[in-house]
Amino acid sequence: MPLLLNNFTQLENFGHSLRAPSYRFRLTRIEEICEVFRLAQELGLTVTARGAGRSYNDASLNGGGITLDLSGMNRILEWDPASGVVRCEPGVTLEQLWKCVEPDGWWPPVVSGTMKTTLGGCLAANIHGKNNYQKGPIGEHVLEFSAILPTGESITCTPTINADLFYAMISGLGMLGIFTSITMQMKRIYSGLMSVDAWAVPNLHQHLGDLLEHAPNRDYIVGWLDTIASGKNIGRGQIHAANHLKEGKDSNARETMRLENQSLPTRIFGVFPKSALHYFMSPFTNNLGVWGVNTAKYIASLPKHTFRQSHAAFHFLLDYVPNWELAYGRGGLIQYQSFLPKGTAEEAWREMIGLSQRRSLPSYLGVTKRHRPDKFLLTHGIDGFSLAMDFKVTDRNRSALSKMLKEFDDIVLSAGGRFYFAKNSETSAESARAFLGDETIRKFKELKKRCDPNHVLESDLFRRVFG
Amino acid sequence: MHVPALGLMRLYDTRQIFEMTDMLESIRSSPEDHVSNYPRPAAATPLNPRRRGIIIGASDGIGASLARRLAREGYTLALLARRADKLELLCNEINQTAGESRARAYTHDVAAYENVPPLLRQIVADLGGLDLVVFVAGVNYPPGGMDKYNFENDRRMIEVNLVGAMAWLSPIAEMFQSAKAGQIVAIGSVAGDRGRVGNPGYNTSKAGLATYLEALRNRLTRYGVNVLTVKPGFVQTEMLKAAQGATPFTIPVEKAVEDIWKAMKKRKQVIYTPSIWRWIMLAIQFTPSFIFRRLSF
Repeated sequence: MPLLLNNFTQLENFGHSLRAPSYRFRLTRIEEICEVFRLAQELGLTVTARGAGRSYNDASLNGGGITLDLSGMNRILEWDPASGVVRCEPGVTLEQLWKCVEPDGWWPPVVSGTMKTTLGGCLAANIHGKNNYQKGPIGEHVLEFSAILPTGESITCTPTINADLFYAMISGLGMLGIFTSITMQMKRIYSGLMSVDAWAVPNLHQHLGDLLEHAPNRDYIVGWLDTIASGKNIGRGQIHAANHLKEGKDSNARETMRLENQSLPTRIFGVFPKSALHYFMSPFTNNLGVWGVNTAKYIASLPKHTFRQSHAAFHFLLDYVPNWELAYGRGGLIQYQSFLPKGTAEEAWREMIGLSQRRSLPSYLGVTKRHRPDKFLLTHGIDGFSLAMDFKVTDRNRSALSKMLKEFDDIVLSAGGRFYFAKNSETSAESARAFLGDETIRKFKELKKRCDPNHVLESDLFRRVFG
Repeated sequence: MHVPALGLMRLYDTRQIFEMTDMLESIRSSPEDHVSNYPRPAAATPLNPRRRGIIIGASDGIGASLARRLAREGYTLALLARRADKLELLCNEINQTAGESRARAYTHDVAAYENVPPLLRQIVADLGGLDLVVFVAGVNYPPGGMDKYNFENDRRMIEVNLVGAMAWLSPIAEMFQSAKAGQIVAIGSVAGDRGRVGNPGYNTSKAGLATYLEALRNRLTRYGVNVLTVKPGFVQTEMLKAAQGATPFTIPVEKAVEDIWKAMKKRKQVIYTPSIWRWIMLAIQFTPSFIFRRLSF
């Protein structure tokens, strides 16, 4: 397998704010991965795996090196509707997965806000969903996986066999090996619908208080935070909490679980194509436009709603408007997500949101969630909350934004917080060391040495954070 | 490094501009490619985007000055030339001014074509990608009179100025076409606009380069790749000091670099620096042959 110059491809992060050209190999077979590992070592190049490219940062980028595009390695190898156990190749997307299991009365136990992500990527980042406080990250539902190491060795890991690698490769950012098959347990559902409550929260104190109070009784909980509101309204927003319908609660379950009743509509009012909607969003992606949209959204959220919604509609909010990220314009967007303990979150976020408003660099979207710690090596889990903030990037705001995010890092770290490697693009090696701890980094590097003695697997993210 | 156009010089008055023998010896005995010890530049992030460029022929003159300028504009650079000591000094200066590793030196001889593919691969990996290539390297061996012919010198000019450029730009063009992005800049010369009595070999090498760049431009524009041909007149470089005869409209290197940078930003196709040469060369290009072949410049 030769390295061809016309494989040189400009790859991007999900937010279109970072470009890194690399030699892209589209692979579908395990033997091909081994060949690329050999080629890379021969040529002195590094290799990174890439699935759907949905990370907000440089997790799947390897500027100047080789990128293994595994999105074509996307077969569902086995599905057992009786036990709910599924075995997939790493390029299988959450969309493929739920569409396979849902008609049989199952649902993936943990999903991201978009269904476009691949399972390999989900495991590498150890993603969480709106039920992190209940179900943990996706890794806790993996029964077994096989992976190929850069040495050419093939291994199988479960929570008890090769446990150290099991807990390190899931969350390991694809830096220890490449997943080749993933076996997961799905979750039983008894309806295609979920029961959703939505209510407004007037300030940050109540916002976090409600997340904390309602989480134990809910299967899912998520908050929208109006990042523009200031003063006593700071942190106001809306909370959506949802429960699965229990067995027998949906008299029409067979019908609601049909795929046709799950798919997101592609047109608004049955006429206007959603794929063009992002053009109409661009005029609003500025400080004034977002203020208007957020205020209207908050006012609209004031009356309390209770309704039933399909799984797909509740979970995959980010897929409502296809290519919405393009509305952010040429410079794209970045996301800054911080995970803070229950005790310090309110004060820290009050400071951060205030700072962003004073600097006229407000976030255009704020999302809060409830979390709990987990056993994975490079974990972002914490007994507390997370706040994800989207920022528009322009040629003019880059340096000011960079300076502000450094200050954010200091605030988060001194409040005992953590970061998430699928999201933040500016986390420095020092910040990573501060929240992971020397011992974790030592362990990770030791495993890296064992699995990848010749430093074949490297991404831009790895070089930024561990380089 | 750029040896200027010799546009209006009376070339039969000109002595050999440069004693090339030593230089050519060093071209032939190509040393092992040497890489400076500076760490690999930090990877780009959305808030610290880095454009990445290669400058071939960066040890002095336009190449060195452009390297300083591009580093100031935030580029991370691979600097190539034969002279390791000069390159290291330049890298030191750039990295100290920037306060971080922004330039790395790679000793390379343009005529050692077989070294290009592995070196290019290494540089692209070191820089974390590639957005720009600037080909500045060039030699000029005027024959020293209208009645002088020297095939060896002519051949060397072609080998460095033209084939050397093709050895680098061909693989890079393929990569840029595939990536649908990039910028190619090469230093041609007003001397390439017309074959004249003074220096047939040099004229040919620069005319060939200009045509090659035009062809690349026609291939690549549709892929979003910009190809800029720079045609300098007289520029105050080391080699100009050796020039004899008239050198009208001579400009300092900084002025040429300023013009190049502006043209790069505007993604222009062809520029003359200083711009007056556009009009002079227009007149020269339109001079009918029955007059032109009677002229002695």
